Amino acid sequence: MATTTTTVPSAGPIAGSRSFLSRLRDGDEIARLVTFIFAGTVVIITVLLVYEFWRESYLPRHKFGFAFFVTSVWDPIFDKFGALPFIYGTVVTAGIALLLAVPLGIGAAIFLAELAPARVSDTLQFFIDLLAAVPSVIYGLLGVFIVIPVMRQYIQPALKSSLGFLPFFQGPAYGVGFLTAGIVLAIMVIPYIISVSREVLISVPRDQREAALALGSTRWESTWKVVLPFARTGIMGSIFLALARALGETMAVTMVIGNTPTISASLFSPGYSIAAVIANEFTEATGDLYLQSLIELGLVLFLLTFLLNGMARLLIVVTSQRGSEMGQA
Amino acid sequence: MSSRLRWRKLVSHFMLTMTGLCALVAVSVLFFILGYLVYHGGTSISWNFFTKLPAPVGETGGGMANAIVGSAKLLLLACLLGVPIGFFGAIYLAEFSGGTVAFVVRYAADLLNGVPSIVIGIFAYSLVVLPFKHFSTAAGGFALGLMMIPITLRSTEEFLRAVPRALREGAMALGASQWKTIATVVVPAAYRGILTAILLAFARVAGETAPLLFTALGNRFWSPGWAQPTASLPVMIFTYAIAPYDDWHRQAWAAGLVLLALILIVNIIARMILSRGTTVPRT
Amino acid sequence: MKRLAPLFLAVLALVAIGVVQAALSINGAGATFPNPMYSKWFDDYHKKNSNIEINYQAIGSGGGIKQVTEGTVDFGATDGPMNDEQLKAFQDKHGFPILHFPTVLGADVPTYNISGVSGELNFTPEALAGIFLGKVTKWNDPLIAGANKGVNLPEADIVVVHRSDGSGTSYIWTDYLSKVSEEWKSKVGKGTSVNWPKGLGGKGNEGVAGLVKQTPNALGYVELIYAIQNKMPYGKVKNSSGEFIKADLASVTAAAAGAAKSMPDDFRVSITDAPGKTAYPVSSFTWLLIPSKFSDGSKRDAIKGFLKWMLTDGQNDVEALSYAKLPKEVASKEMKDLEKIQ
Repeated sequence: MATTTTTVPSAGPIAGSRSFLSRLRDGDEIARLVTFIFAGTVVIITVLLVYEFWRESYLPRHKFGFAFFVTSVWDPIFDKFGALPFIYGTVVTAGIALLLAVPLGIGAAIFLAELAPARVSDTLQFFIDLLAAVPSVIYGLLGVFIVIPVMRQYIQPALKSSLGFLPFFQGPAYGVGFLTAGIVLAIMVIPYIISVSREVLISVPRDQREAALALGSTRWESTWKVVLPFARTGIMGSIFLALARALGETMAVTMVIGNTPTISASLFSPGYSIAAVIANEFTEATGDLYLQSLIELGLVLFLLTFLLNGMARLLIVVTSQRGSEMGQA
Repeated sequence: MSSRLRWRKLVSHFMLTMTGLCALVAVSVLFFILGYLVYHGGTSISWNFFTKLPAPVGETGGGMANAIVGSAKLLLLACLLGVPIGFFGAIYLAEFSGGTVAFVVRYAADLLNGVPSIVIGIFAYSLVVLPFKHFSTAAGGFALGLMMIPITLRSTEEFLRAVPRALREGAMALGASQWKTIATVVVPAAYRGILTAILLAFARVAGETAPLLFTALGNRFWSPGWAQPTASLPVMIFTYAIAPYDDWHRQAWAAGLVLLALILIVNIIARMILSRGTTVPRT
Repeated sequence: MKRLAPLFLAVLALVAIGVVQAALSINGAGATFPNPMYSKWFDDYHKKNSNIEINYQAIGSGGGIKQVTEGTVDFGATDGPMNDEQLKAFQDKHGFPILHFPTVLGADVPTYNISGVSGELNFTPEALAGIFLGKVTKWNDPLIAGANKGVNLPEADIVVVHRSDGSGTSYIWTDYLSKVSEEWKSKVGKGTSVNWPKGLGGKGNEGVAGLVKQTPNALGYVELIYAIQNKMPYGKVKNSSGEFIKADLASVTAAAAGAAKSMPDDFRVSITDAPGKTAYPVSSFTWLLIPSKFSDGSKRDAIKGFLKWMLTDGQNDVEALSYAKLPKEVASKEMKDLEKIQ
């Protein structure tokens, strides 16, 4: 049992032992080539996109250089552009969103996959999938008319009086700000986490659970120690999806974040995110330097996604190593 | 021993209750949103909405027939581009590739997925609109298709990987070639998941406004063929939601509801078609 | 996946329904502020001339200027006139100039939310500039209180709210502040997006309106039609003749009439802080951007026909949608300019 629970069921080239010629005859090599072309398209598109944006952001790259990343003034009238507050806002809001959405989403997925009757679970899933289609402008409107007032009147004062000694929960409560944006983002990404995680959990073979239960595990132990590790990469995949969406979301974020380029430890403070500023200003941007600075912001977001993704991957490698050590022990 | 067992049982009950709570919180928030949309949209929907062209402010009886058709056309194009690349790319990742190539493709997909939708729109604009000097349905479909690729690819891959190795080995042991194994054993075993992946990607792009603003633009009238600007539900929702008129706000909510209904129908049809004759049981 | 084929066929059938039409279609894009007016006009014009379909999309003024310059649309629209650099860019690219045609007028109004204050407040230019510069921070500051004798203003911090998305609304507001305050002009300047010294940013009119309505002691600015349609309280602003004027359709048209006498030939004029006793000072034209040459003669005739109709009969529809009409002098001056379109 130990081996099956700790090995991720990665398919791998299981047919490696057969000769190339026989694989060609069976069509395997052709299938491999065709699917490779499709997979390669993804890389080509991504590279092309980066290249386009690199080319289109020539002016600010040469004018500001590295200072673009570390200065905080964004002034389209006097042509001064710095990205730091936007980077900060993007990271903080996406962080809050994941902090809220990951436990909630995975918890819900476990419940739906392991405990809820299949009929109920499938029906709920059906509606959850629908939510991914709600246009983000509608999430934004809900944020403006419902989340912001609730935040300002109830949640922020409550946080202030209970946890106000922390620097995160200080300052005037406007309702808008990092925390509100994070919460709205969390609501938006939860469906992704639930959908994919639930599906992955369900596809864990039943005998895995039965074996664990037969060996005397409680229901939770079989879920926690057997099913979850089995589904770990799939769940991580769902978190990547959620992270990406949180980083790139525009319309909903801009309606609730306050759109003020500030860097503040307080989560009540209004802020700004990269995607939001691009969406806000791109359509009205006149002047080459201004336009290209916005495009360079797009490039920065790309870089940020690249780094955060890399870090998350590293985390998986580290934790999965520890996981397999535990499995062997 | 027995006290330890009791403790373990307690922990088990507690944690399972917690997951139930998570589900309750998540599902009730989500249902609240759906309910809100149905409430606000339902009151302003009528048959005209599905059959008439948009009416200007102050005139009753307008609809969004052209936007509904426009969205359908855009999404069709998006699927034609996004699904094959995502699906076959995922098969390559899960079944054929070694470490490095898979790593690069996966990383690229995650990056693409993190690109804000408006940036995708700008990209499609410079790639499709500028050379042809024309906003078009094709350009909008291209932008949406690009957005479908990473979601389809990454989730499909996860579901393919979740297919137990034993199933593959069984088929290979019977003498099936690898691609036959994939086509007849692995993909059918993962079909539920793959469907979820595609529908998720489909739903995601169905609600996108930003990539369409600079590609499909929008149209007050019918858009013939594929080379003209076209109306779409998300863009209509956006322009109507930011206008100062209550009547347009109501129509925006109604359009939101219609968009959801559209996704709902596609969901149901797809599931019906795919479940017919498929005998893979839920494990 | 082959099983999805029937679904695709169903969609295709749906699509086929849409392919029944052979009218002349003209595409335009740009400013969001006049979008309701334009959609009404183009709809009416289509009813009168069923073979002409003019499709207008509100993608923003900057977008309108950019797209018409790139040639991806037949005409553009903007809330702030094109600058010399942009005109030159168009001329260089196409070999002929682009023309501005004012269509309607709009205005920005200061809107606020102070508990206990329900009446109309008076704002001097100094007070508005001070508040948005972050120098006037309390509601009971003498600069505000001085113009509002008898109103019990609280000693509370002013929460400033501005538009975060680039917009003609912000352009008008900052254009006005630049005219009345040297400090604003040198420190911040005018534009669709500026580096705001202070305040929260709301996305769009609803964003600003929502923040102002929900935040105690907030002050923001929205378009006049938005305030009228949504019954929001808004203040009077002191004009260049020293009168406190409430924004309405008449006072906005008055501002345009004041400026009409000195109207430049290309119509690129700012009418903020305009002369005239009854003129509301934070007003502006909005423009259609029409290339002066069309290679397609039927498109040219259709656009000219529309403009002629818009400047005459079309103006009668304007006030029903709470826009202000063009002054007669401006409309007749534009009629003469139609000949420049070839």
